[in-house]
Amino acid sequence: MTVGLMVTCINDALFPDTGRAVVTLLRRLGVDVDFPAAQTCCGQPMVNTGYLDEAVPLLRNHLEAFAGYEAVVVPSGSCAGSVRHQHRLVAQRSGDPGLVRAVEQAPPAYELTEYLVDVLDVVDVGAYFPHLVTYHPTCHSLRMLGVGDRPRRLLEAVRGLRLVELPAASECCGFGGTFAVKNADTSVAMGSDKARHVRETQAEVLVAGDNSCLMHIGGLLSRERSGVRVMHLAEILASTEAVIDEPARPTAGSAAASAEASRTDGPPRAPRPAGAIR
Amino acid sequence: MSELARESSTRRSARSAEPAPRASARGATFLGTPPFPTAAKAALADTQLRRNLAHATGTIRGKRAAVVAEVDNWEELRLAGAALKDRTLRHLDTYLTQLETALTKAGATVHWAGDAAEANRIVVDIARAHDTDEVVKVKSMATVEIGLNEALADAGITAWETDLAELIVQLGDDLPSHILVPAIHRNRSEVREIFLREMGRAGKPAPADLTDEPARLAAAAREHLREKFLRAKVAVSGANFAVAETGTLAVVESEGNGRMCLTLPEVLISVVGIEKLVPTWEDLDVFLQLLPRSSTGERMNPYTSMWTGVTPGDGPQEVHVVLLDNGRTDVLADEVGRQALRCIRCSACLNVCPVYERTGGHSYGSVYPGPIGAILTPMLRGVGHDEQVDSLPYASSLCGACFEVCPVRIDIPEVLVHLRSQVVDAHRGRPSLQGAAMKAASWMFGRSARTAAAEKLSGLGSRVLDRTVRRRAPGGRRALGSLPWPVSAWSDARDTPVPPPESFRAWWSRTDGGRR
Repeated sequence: MTVGLMVTCINDALFPDTGRAVVTLLRRLGVDVDFPAAQTCCGQPMVNTGYLDEAVPLLRNHLEAFAGYEAVVVPSGSCAGSVRHQHRLVAQRSGDPGLVRAVEQAPPAYELTEYLVDVLDVVDVGAYFPHLVTYHPTCHSLRMLGVGDRPRRLLEAVRGLRLVELPAASECCGFGGTFAVKNADTSVAMGSDKARHVRETQAEVLVAGDNSCLMHIGGLLSRERSGVRVMHLAEILASTEAVIDEPARPTAGSAAASAEASRTDGPPRAPRPAGAIR
Repeated sequence: MSELARESSTRRSARSAEPAPRASARGATFLGTPPFPTAAKAALADTQLRRNLAHATGTIRGKRAAVVAEVDNWEELRLAGAALKDRTLRHLDTYLTQLETALTKAGATVHWAGDAAEANRIVVDIARAHDTDEVVKVKSMATVEIGLNEALADAGITAWETDLAELIVQLGDDLPSHILVPAIHRNRSEVREIFLREMGRAGKPAPADLTDEPARLAAAAREHLREKFLRAKVAVSGANFAVAETGTLAVVESEGNGRMCLTLPEVLISVVGIEKLVPTWEDLDVFLQLLPRSSTGERMNPYTSMWTGVTPGDGPQEVHVVLLDNGRTDVLADEVGRQALRCIRCSACLNVCPVYERTGGHSYGSVYPGPIGAILTPMLRGVGHDEQVDSLPYASSLCGACFEVCPVRIDIPEVLVHLRSQVVDAHRGRPSLQGAAMKAASWMFGRSARTAAAEKLSGLGSRVLDRTVRRRAPGGRRALGSLPWPVSAWSDARDTPVPPPESFRAWWSRTDGGRR
């Protein structure tokens, strides 16, 4: 089965390491993953700002790009939520019954942790990440998709990783797409409280399943010279022990490094049953 | 007292930046509140307000979560509550006439008010007919919505608020900032100060040795209010529910002041929004379980008062019910937005809202603040006419916490997004930076070749920045600090990662998905 990777516009343009990490991770689990090059953006920024007409061409493009795939995997709870909950609205707005039908017939879109836990039935993905980590469950993953404890179970199975509880974890970080600039003061007030909670944990890394939220919290943590870095969950799950043989590269390139490393592991393996360790 | 004066002046100066409350001859008003982002900016700088709100909402949130967790079938109750309200709204015309018939039969007089002005006129006329210069009031959102107190004042009639929090707001010439706890933005030392300063002007003064102990403050309010309860001939209330089948109105409260108003005066006027209907007495079963747990975080509220028209020899002998539309039928006509009419005014959405918790209610510039206000106010007033109203649907990060706690399952984020599209559509054709940006993004993302070209440009820029930017974010990636307008809205407080030299798309194509 070939899955289409919906990398999302923000990952494509700003966080390609996350996309590479998803590819590494899925291949390691024996998944045939393809990147439909016609994809661009799901249209969420337009929809959430009220520009429905402007989202219509993006929806058409998205549907054409992913037609024929058995499943779509998205390393973003927010963009998965947009596909699952907003595309119908945009199609209806277009007044084109063909577009409405196409939305209904589109392949199922899974947020990455849903795909790993529900479809592949894997919790231990064979990752190694010997760091102190805290996890922020982003709002759309938590409340729009209901991913529940899937990310946590995946993180708990990562060898070497120590997970510390984030205080007030379920509270919004304040990103909210264009909210971050339209209501910048409120957004920053929310984000500052989130950053404070992150620092309280003493964690070295803040992990989440959405780079948009992480760009906001990470931007604040960076401005505060906090010394706490942010990482997408996929990059942690893609990290393996092989990476420690590489020259130390404690930068955003670490997932890419592990991508390189995993390529030397030989041909993709069949999915492992849940709980199995390599 | 000098210490008190000092405290007081500090607080006033801290609050002077607050935009919403405007003292005027007719009391405070929401008129003139700037659009949400501007109002919020000032509120966010009020450190005491932030502390008061974080404490109060945090406490209620915790209580609600605990008592909701006790109910095994909470989700079923929510579904039942939503379904009951939807059914009522679908047949609203039938139930309204049924209510009118039942009320009339029970000796009440029913009035129909299309808008605020009409409702106010009806209440003023009734009060005048009884030759009174004062009324006592039960806490009621509908009467705040229509500006009844101001209308009564214009007619020379003083309306005394008797709910503790409304009393604090009224004495302080302030505005309510919360649906359930209108004075949530005040802490107890501020309340003490208001009581000491203002009670004497409105009636019985507060004892000079008043402390900020809650029990002492409540006792002072009780003493102050008692003379008003005993003196007033006319009371004004709202209603939490109106049972169409029997003509019964219900008021749910915590303090008992409502019951004093509902039972002692000779005349009772209730202003009831037409969405308050439930078809039968049994339907109250669902809502009386949902409301207290969602609202005050109690299993049951202390006082539930119900009355059906006039009971000879017991309670008010003249009962009026003003059925209020004031924009509600417009909301009903909106297929996505009409779910807002299910609202039972519990304010659970305010208490969980991270925006409300930080900006407070006054920033919304509306009687209904918080998430429900951000959808209800634009629908009641209409979008596209007023910049302040149009800013409300954007006063949310769409985090969904409100929907999660709503006892009648109002999908507030869905309605917010829907209203944003109405705001945008109302302004289409007028040039705006945001509109131009969205159009440009829509064009760029319309075809992947355009997206790839834009990313290539960004990659070129990145190579330059990689040589010039010294700053590194934690983790090592190069980061940009403060940037010029319009990006400053983002970069004033947040660093921005330097774009990578190569997009994911370019990497995939160059390496055949990492296989080369």
